[in-house]
Amino acid sequence: MDANKTWKNPVVAWIDHRLPIFSMMNADLVDYPTPKNLNYWWNFGSLAGIVLVIMILTGIFLAMHYTAHVDHAFESVERIMRDVNYGWLIRYLHMNGASMFFIVVYIHMFRGLYYGSYKAPREVLWMLGVFILLAMMATAFMGYVLPWGQMSFWGATVITNLFSAIPLVGESIVIWLWGGFAVDNPTLNRFYALHYLLPFVIFALVFLHLWALHVHKSNNPLGIDVKGPQDTIPFSPYYTIKDAFGLGAFLIFYLGFVFFAPNFFGEPDNYIKANPLVTPPHIVPEWYFLPFYAILRAITFDIWFIPAKLIGVILMFGSILILLFLPWLDRSPVRSAKFRPIYRQFFWLFLVNCIVLGVVGKNPPEGHWIWIGQLTTAYYFAHFLIVMPLLSYLERPRQLPSSISAAVTPGGLGIPARGAAE
Amino acid sequence: MSRMKQLLSAAAVSIGLSLVAAGPGEAAEATAPPEVDWSFNGMFGTFDRASAQRGLEVYKQVCASCHGMDLLPYRALVGIGLTPEQIEALAETFEVQDCCTEEGEPFSRPAKPADRFISPYPNEQAARFANNGALPPDLTLINKARIGGADYIHAVLTGYEETPPEGVTLMPGMYYNRYFPGHQIGMPPPLSEGVVTYSDGTEATVDQQARDVTTFMAWAAEPETEQRRAMGVKVLLFLIVLTAFLYALKRKIWADVH
Repeated sequence: MDANKTWKNPVVAWIDHRLPIFSMMNADLVDYPTPKNLNYWWNFGSLAGIVLVIMILTGIFLAMHYTAHVDHAFESVERIMRDVNYGWLIRYLHMNGASMFFIVVYIHMFRGLYYGSYKAPREVLWMLGVFILLAMMATAFMGYVLPWGQMSFWGATVITNLFSAIPLVGESIVIWLWGGFAVDNPTLNRFYALHYLLPFVIFALVFLHLWALHVHKSNNPLGIDVKGPQDTIPFSPYYTIKDAFGLGAFLIFYLGFVFFAPNFFGEPDNYIKANPLVTPPHIVPEWYFLPFYAILRAITFDIWFIPAKLIGVILMFGSILILLFLPWLDRSPVRSAKFRPIYRQFFWLFLVNCIVLGVVGKNPPEGHWIWIGQLTTAYYFAHFLIVMPLLSYLERPRQLPSSISAAVTPGGLGIPARGAAE
Repeated sequence: MSRMKQLLSAAAVSIGLSLVAAGPGEAAEATAPPEVDWSFNGMFGTFDRASAQRGLEVYKQVCASCHGMDLLPYRALVGIGLTPEQIEALAETFEVQDCCTEEGEPFSRPAKPADRFISPYPNEQAARFANNGALPPDLTLINKARIGGADYIHAVLTGYEETPPEGVTLMPGMYYNRYFPGHQIGMPPPLSEGVVTYSDGTEATVDQQARDVTTFMAWAAEPETEQRRAMGVKVLLFLIVLTAFLYALKRKIWADVH
């Protein structure tokens, strides 16, 4: 942080001398030296932060009108839609915002996978991101239960029942989670409490994520380290305007759904009030859980003494937790897939594999979907456990450029970051 | 090359997402409903007021004998063009159980515009008892709560066959419907030629009645539709202009870096 920054405004200077908040904002949002070659895939980090804020704000306003009780929850949501001023707008922003959050975060993660953003010295940054994803999933799952529609109720029943697969204590854990012997009012109440709490946990994790980011700064499409001030530009105005433009484009996409296809990502069944006596023909989670749902259902056979259900649960949680170990599974010293010709092919294969897993998760586990699900599940793990470690040794990366400025503006002048130049 | 790949990947992601999110349509085992050119289709569609009002007639005279619309207050009918006087007059034709008189006794009074549509049955048990054990679903959200939406509702209302195809044996008390999942539906064919007499003189064919009542229910399910779309057009136009300016500004600011 630039301790010598002098502020013209005497009030700002007085405060800053005692609490250097203005110096901090200046160092982290204005002068902050950023690689000059970031492409538009780097917009999705700030977009995710903005969506989080939108979700918290719309969520607080929804909470003012929502009633967390099995007899009133469904009607209170419809009251928001019909009688609360612009209630339909707030709810559709929140509902579609959840899908947008996952779209943005998934793109952000695949960007990290492609450009090796998880590698040293950014392992902790990446792991914090995985924790954010886990917290997001828990929040989204519990939020989906709150409208108390058919899919809310049956989704909650299926997912909480997963814990019954845990040997010996599973059944007791499920009763403890439910607060009773079925998904009922106590379940709805605690989900509401946790759904309100977790976004603030995510907010704290995002703070740590940004802190870790600002220690070693952004990775870049070349994946090579910043060699000096000629490789960077100050965050403002260059990336503030680029992020602002990206935000505009994103809002067009997001609000297009909100205003013209607000139920595109939803299930019609969730506009039927929850009924514990009527099971919907196909219980499917929200689209962003489908690949994991496919992994959960992939195993149809017991292995030795371990029941199929338990293996499915372990694999589903394992499919996310394995990301925590990625920095050590991929030993290649080269970050960017740009210079890793073979990894690059496998990256696209992995992306396609994830999409196929999503399609499998959408369909009932019958016929050919069973073996496709098993194959894609196996490949999901093989990508991390076999392909990545092997490529670290077998692949011969291309020659890396000597520096960012040498690669981006051959012989050209770098514009030094203000902070870095001093 | 890499730019190309980026585009391809973006396309792959969006195609994948749309496949994944394409809705549960493929799950239904019934025939796909025929597409109807609804007045409320598309980005700029609005509810045909005359049709929705005729649909209200159909609902009152036919559907309401078994189906409630519990979430819809009479006052909301201004949304399909009824005047406050008409709404008051309509509400007054229904009796509502209220509580309580000064002595603490429940009493009944004529409904007011602020009351929700009065249900045909006092509770679920009564509804099931009167319908052979089946529960006629509430219709307020029916258009949002069925795969296929308005097209599906219209198709079910017009999709009855008097004699089921060969090889199909109906369970007792069931009717054959081309579009209902499983083809066996507990609801007897609700519409027939001229079962409703329209006050505006429109010929009450089965298809006409089905279209009108579906339009009414489409409005009832999403009464905010017209306001939402009108606002959406303004918001998106504003955002497109703003984003274009932001892009120009970005180009200008970045000119010295490239």
